[in-house]
Amino acid sequence: MQTPASFEYERATSVDGVIAALKKRGSGARVIAGGHSLMPMMKLRLAKPEYLIDINDLTELSYIREEGEEIAIGALTRHVELLNSELLAEHFPLFRDAEQVIADPVVRNRGTIGGSLCQADAAEDLSAVCSAVKAKAVIRGADGERTVSMEEFHVGPYTTAVGAGDLLIEVRLPLRAGAGSAHEKVERRAGDWAIAAASAAVWMDGGKIAEAGIALSAVGLTTIHLSRAEQLLKGKAPTDELFVEAGEIASTDCSPSADGRGPVDYKRHLAGVLTGRALRRAVSRALHQEA
Amino acid sequence: MKVSISINGENVSRDVEPRQLLVHYIRETPGLTGTHWGCDTSNCGACVVLMDGKPVKSCTILAVMSEGHEIATVESLEVDGELDPIQAGFHEQHALHCGFCTPGMMMTARALLDENPDPTDHEIRTAISGGICRCTGYKNIVAAVRWAADHQAAAKQEA
Ligand SMILES: Cc1cc2nc3c(=O)[nH]c(=O)nc-3n(C[C@H](O)[C@H](O)[C@H](O)COP(=O)(O)OP(=O)(O)OC[C@H]3O[C@@H](n4cnc5c(N)ncnc54)[C@H](O)[C@@H]3O)c2cc1C
Repeated sequence: MQTPASFEYERATSVDGVIAALKKRGSGARVIAGGHSLMPMMKLRLAKPEYLIDINDLTELSYIREEGEEIAIGALTRHVELLNSELLAEHFPLFRDAEQVIADPVVRNRGTIGGSLCQADAAEDLSAVCSAVKAKAVIRGADGERTVSMEEFHVGPYTTAVGAGDLLIEVRLPLRAGAGSAHEKVERRAGDWAIAAASAAVWMDGGKIAEAGIALSAVGLTTIHLSRAEQLLKGKAPTDELFVEAGEIASTDCSPSADGRGPVDYKRHLAGVLTGRALRRAVSRALHQEA
Repeated sequence: MKVSISINGENVSRDVEPRQLLVHYIRETPGLTGTHWGCDTSNCGACVVLMDGKPVKSCTILAVMSEGHEIATVESLEVDGELDPIQAGFHEQHALHCGFCTPGMMMTARALLDENPDPTDHEIRTAISGGICRCTGYKNIVAAVRWAADHQAAAKQEA
């Protein structure tokens, strides 16, 4: 029987309370949201927080809403809510693509977007999704609130801009005309983590790709931001050759390692193919050529 | 730490360490060993119970996190000697071999039919994809849920 090491527990009643408790308890303190990354790690004793702050009662952090030129998603919003959101499906259909294949429906009842992003496992689907759509993360700490891009958010393996005393509050997605997006994932079996996954977003203008966002899951130590491929697409008309070229960049710029999910050359190949597919689908969605 | 959790409509209070998992809290309640504990990685789904009507893996939730929520276990399915259609379906369609995954499968299926009384086979398969049946009896589990959906609908029409 695997049981976590001992810790003290507190149920948070406000965001300010969490920040204060994190400050008071120092580096041994940890926030728990859905718990579906943290609990397995605690059971395996890979994580041994001394003080656990449960944020599940903070319903004020659970929402998906349009705010001016952005969609704001609260950090405690669960996978199932992202899956079912019509607002997200309309503006950023890659969320539904991803949520249909993130873990299984039971896990999706608990896991949150905040936990997924803060866990920052390189295989996390939502990290690539948020990177592709150029999301911004709103982080609150003892010194107030700051907003960072996903490039700034991803600091390293399992490491983000959310420091020991910080709480991720929300994710903001800019709404711009001509948007289309898609997430493509290949996994060994239902509910498993990706062998490789690609998230793509495009913003079309006059038949050309005005801007693109592409990110990969599970093929490196961190979420891979494919900035070279994004540059390549900028200002170009979408063609199959262009998507293939972007896929070649993906194969080159990722850095997978061999494991039970496959060898390196296969993962590189997959990263390229999935990048091409995600781009093709993102563009057809932007041009309303796909139902 | 004192914890009070409503399990199958009854308030269960106990002093526990914060690190106690909900699955163990439930199983240590006399008589409630129906919820199984099968893996350490949140993969197998044998421990699925309903929390406020939604299926969750009780090995991945702390007992202290469950205070104030309504938990329903496999023992809640049978009422006054009357089997739930899900249980009857598992019986009729031979949907268990060793039976270890059955409590989790049944609770997941119960939640599915509560939300979607007439699911397609694909929807059933998706719903139970968080459970692993090491006897690989999935086909009969899907048939059992289908059976339950049909008989539940028929019973409603008669009433
Ligand atoms: C069987 C299984 C299969 C899975 N498959 C996939 C998959 O295919 N793809 C995928 O992307 N994910 C998968 N996951 C992970 C799942 O998405 C988790 O829900 C997610 O990684 C973590 O979310 P959580 O809310 O459970 O976070 P928690 O476990 O509660 O927390 C994770 C980390 O983030 C921190 N944290 C949480 N919220 C905040 C916040 N607001 N501010 C600051 N720090 C915070 C915690 O302190 C902790 O360090 C799987 C999980 C399981 C159990």
